[in-house]
Amino acid sequence: MYAPHTARDVAQMLDAVGVKSLEALLPVPQELALRAELDVVPALPEIGIVRRFDDLAKKSTGVRYRSFLGAGAYRHYVPPAIAALAMRGEFLTAYTPYQAEVSQGYLQAIYEWQTYICLLSGMDVANASVYDGATALAEAAIMALNATGRHKVLVSRAVHPNYRAVLKTYCDGLDVEIEEIPYTGEGVTDTAAAVAAAAGKEYAAVVLQSPNFFGNVDTLPAGASDALRDSDTIAIAVVAEALSMAALATPASWGAQIVAGEAQSFGVPVAYGGPYAGFIAATQEHMRRIPGRLVGKTVDNAGRTAYVLTLQAREQHIRRERATSNICTNQAHCALIATIYLALMGKTGLRDAAALNLERSRELATAVSSIEGVDLQFPAPFFNEFVADVHRPASDVLAALRERGILGGLDLGRYYPELATCVLMTATELTTPADISALADALSEVCDVAAV
Amino acid sequence: MSPPSDRTFSPTIFDLGQEGRANRYLDSGKPLELFIPPADLRDDLPLPDNSELDVVRHYTRLSQRTFGIDLGFYPLGSCTMKYNPRVNDAMASKPEFADLHPFVPDDLAQGALQVMYELERSLSSLFGMAAFSLNPSAGAHAELGALLIAKRYFRDRGETARNKVIVPDTAHGTNPASAAMCGFKVISLPSDERGRVSLEELRKAIGPDTAVCMMTNPNTLGLFEDQIAEITAAVHAAGGLMYYDGANANALMGNARPGDMGFDLMHLNTHKTFTIPHGGGGAGHGPLGVAAHLVDYLPTPVVVAEAKDGAGGWSPSDRLSYHLEFDRPKSIGPMRSFWSNFAHAVRALAYLYANGEEGLRRVSQLAVLNANYLRVKIAEFLETPYPELCRHEFVVSAQQLKRDTGVRALDLAKALLDRGFMAPTMYFPLIVPECLMIEPTETESKETLDAFVEALREIVETAKSDPESLFAAPVTTVVGRVDETRAARQPDLRWRPSPN
Amino acid sequence: MAQPENLLYSKEHEWLKIDGDVATIGVTDYAQDSLGDIVYVELPKIGSSVAQFGNAGVIESVKAVSDLYSPISGEVVEVNAALESDPASVNKAPYDDGWLFKVRMSDSGETANLLGATEYAALAASS
Repeated sequence: MYAPHTARDVAQMLDAVGVKSLEALLPVPQELALRAELDVVPALPEIGIVRRFDDLAKKSTGVRYRSFLGAGAYRHYVPPAIAALAMRGEFLTAYTPYQAEVSQGYLQAIYEWQTYICLLSGMDVANASVYDGATALAEAAIMALNATGRHKVLVSRAVHPNYRAVLKTYCDGLDVEIEEIPYTGEGVTDTAAAVAAAAGKEYAAVVLQSPNFFGNVDTLPAGASDALRDSDTIAIAVVAEALSMAALATPASWGAQIVAGEAQSFGVPVAYGGPYAGFIAATQEHMRRIPGRLVGKTVDNAGRTAYVLTLQAREQHIRRERATSNICTNQAHCALIATIYLALMGKTGLRDAAALNLERSRELATAVSSIEGVDLQFPAPFFNEFVADVHRPASDVLAALRERGILGGLDLGRYYPELATCVLMTATELTTPADISALADALSEVCDVAAV
Repeated sequence: MSPPSDRTFSPTIFDLGQEGRANRYLDSGKPLELFIPPADLRDDLPLPDNSELDVVRHYTRLSQRTFGIDLGFYPLGSCTMKYNPRVNDAMASKPEFADLHPFVPDDLAQGALQVMYELERSLSSLFGMAAFSLNPSAGAHAELGALLIAKRYFRDRGETARNKVIVPDTAHGTNPASAAMCGFKVISLPSDERGRVSLEELRKAIGPDTAVCMMTNPNTLGLFEDQIAEITAAVHAAGGLMYYDGANANALMGNARPGDMGFDLMHLNTHKTFTIPHGGGGAGHGPLGVAAHLVDYLPTPVVVAEAKDGAGGWSPSDRLSYHLEFDRPKSIGPMRSFWSNFAHAVRALAYLYANGEEGLRRVSQLAVLNANYLRVKIAEFLETPYPELCRHEFVVSAQQLKRDTGVRALDLAKALLDRGFMAPTMYFPLIVPECLMIEPTETESKETLDAFVEALREIVETAKSDPESLFAAPVTTVVGRVDETRAARQPDLRWRPSPN
Repeated sequence: MAQPENLLYSKEHEWLKIDGDVATIGVTDYAQDSLGDIVYVELPKIGSSVAQFGNAGVIESVKAVSDLYSPISGEVVEVNAALESDPASVNKAPYDDGWLFKVRMSDSGETANLLGATEYAALAASS
């Protein structure tokens, strides 16, 4: 209970209002009076809350394992300075910055976020955040559908399965068809097939993810990007591991017009799935179709530099049913965390982090592929995750690794029946040599035993 | 650009920074070309390097240019800006929650799943629904999910002609926007002279093409829709579904339940009612509730509980085991990358534990008391279009003041900023001219409310004696009124390096 | 600003100036004043068809958005490209530099459905 009212306050205030009791303030028609016995958790003093959550936390044992899980949620080093800044009460408890004069701090921070996203992706304009990578993709597809007036979207099967599923959920509502482009034996999208299909001018967009779900660099070759432009098909790039943008060629450089991504890697906890920090960015020509909030720089009535939410006429509170999207609340605080992360790490820190991810994941790949009975599935260059074929049901291998205190990665058979013997393994700058040798030892034990 | 000597000027993080002024958080990395073909690498990374001290100062200063609930009274109607208890953040930051990967096997995530279960059960009971999904990231996200459920439900019943969504003219903009994202057409219902949904207008609007009627109760004027039972009955008789926008849930906990009123679908904004911090505009959390006949359509995954062997446990939920269920044939599918804004589920559950049923009942009672107290006091000097018992919020109109003095709602709002208060919601709902919507919430003391009333009274008096001073407000903030026209005509949405 | 006498008007606060078989279309002074500072105009595509009183585009101000309708049917033959960089001219000179688009009329008889200056003045005054 956080209400400060004393009995005397309540009495005085009831008197001022002219009502006899608190109950009399909330009259409801007879038939709606609450009769049911409610089943809500019991009230506890704060010390009881802390004890209760200690007990609940003890049952989340998954954090005690050596983890090689990635697949759209990544463990990275998070400097404590971020929490010290982001959890300041002014930032934490502020509302959406509609009253610009008392929100210059947040507005400027979001302007900086928008800038960082543009610099990392190569795009011209980015918004103030969306819920996460999957919904960013859905919103990007809607932008492309509105821009072209078409009703179909082509999506690579190498895009994160959850993202594709969310896109389908949104497209079902709009009666839009999604068709999939297969991936090749190299572990990348069959872009030739995509271009051939798009030539018929039926598709609003072609969607690729790079690095893709398998961890591989997966972009459009030069000819493909021109061909898509010729057929007025918009290339949408998905980025699930934002740290990759510190090293790899930007989506802009290979022809993406819209970038839909996830910035969770920039200091946001994996937190069993959320909240994360989705972003959406585009080239200048798509600026007015971008959903959600945009912060712009202007001046005030004395000529001082000032920031303000702008181009609001696109948004739901003005356009209502003709809005570019229904989004209202975004992920501002997570975007703030990401911005502070990028500011602290800087160019040098991000380069180092990317290089360490590249190095560790290759050490891991070398260690596991040198085990008899384990191969790397794809030859394509990867960022910080790769696919290992263990030549037997991946679920069995992962269960055995679990018994040895290791979460060895993701069973790809969960999403790709043809890859049921494959594991998606991830290594980041947090992965230690001890982690790698523990996995290698355990895996070779498991694979030896099973080979009998 | 303002000169650096101006204390109000704030450089961007890109204006600070020097190449090489790096921090040492990690070991140095090797050259990238060792790992990736150069053709796949980017040419350069044009980001600034800043020392930790410079970054700390920069964002600390930005925080000081930001007004949060922690600083002062925040009477934003429809936003429920109540105190955000810090214990909630502490519980969410526990490593067993913050560092738990979403793909961890279910049996290693029992604590997290139990948090979700306990929250879901409590919300279902509190609001009279059969089940809640914790998937959606925000109210608008949940609205979309609910409308997708309705669309799928009618498709399964072969009632594909149902393509209209009815929305009162006082509704929040997300309602019609969400409807449009599902391919529905929106019909706007005019409110009656009492500020409520007109039953007569509703009867004219409903028919065999009605899919959903979206409402909130109390409505955005803070008034209880006393004919709600007739409204839901009428829509159901026409074969439609009722959707409850839970933005105003702070007004009825332990008092009345949307499920009992006849709503089939609803959302909650836990960043309003359940103290999840607003964080400058998000992240929010929008649990989506449904009646029994719609449970199969909920987005995936759903947390499923079953009895487990062995005794013990402080509560019945300790004696269950949990898993995530993805295979649900009638589900609309997933709505987000992973399972929920879980950290916020922790916060909301901690808040429920702080209150229990009686505590939540009292929350709503005191929220309504605070609103009515402000209403009767402010009515002494500002027009209150609906001078009756309100719920947790109420509206005032500056229309008469504008006619008499030229001072508008906008000017009153800006003047409040100068006196250390956040302004109420302006110009919403659309049906009240020169509107200010005021929602104090239950966490404000009588002293704060009295101070607010006095400040507003003084401003209204100033409107009569010296309106010019109000047109110039705010004058004590780091910037004055901003040129929004210029911001929209010449969009500058990102920093760029200067040519030299 | 008084309504120019030589123009025709629609109930949606647009004006029409006829020159041979081409009509120039814009919004009235009342419209620009109600909307406030115009920030963007979404004009119809050249070559597209518009129907009388049908949707032709969108006009945005800082705080509001309004549909544009065409007061006459026909083919869009020209749009005011200057509005891209200077939408303010709709506010400053709604009957002149702030024109929006031109239509080759398919049925000049449709002008019977429009209002004259005096009728429109009465409509604007009562709005």
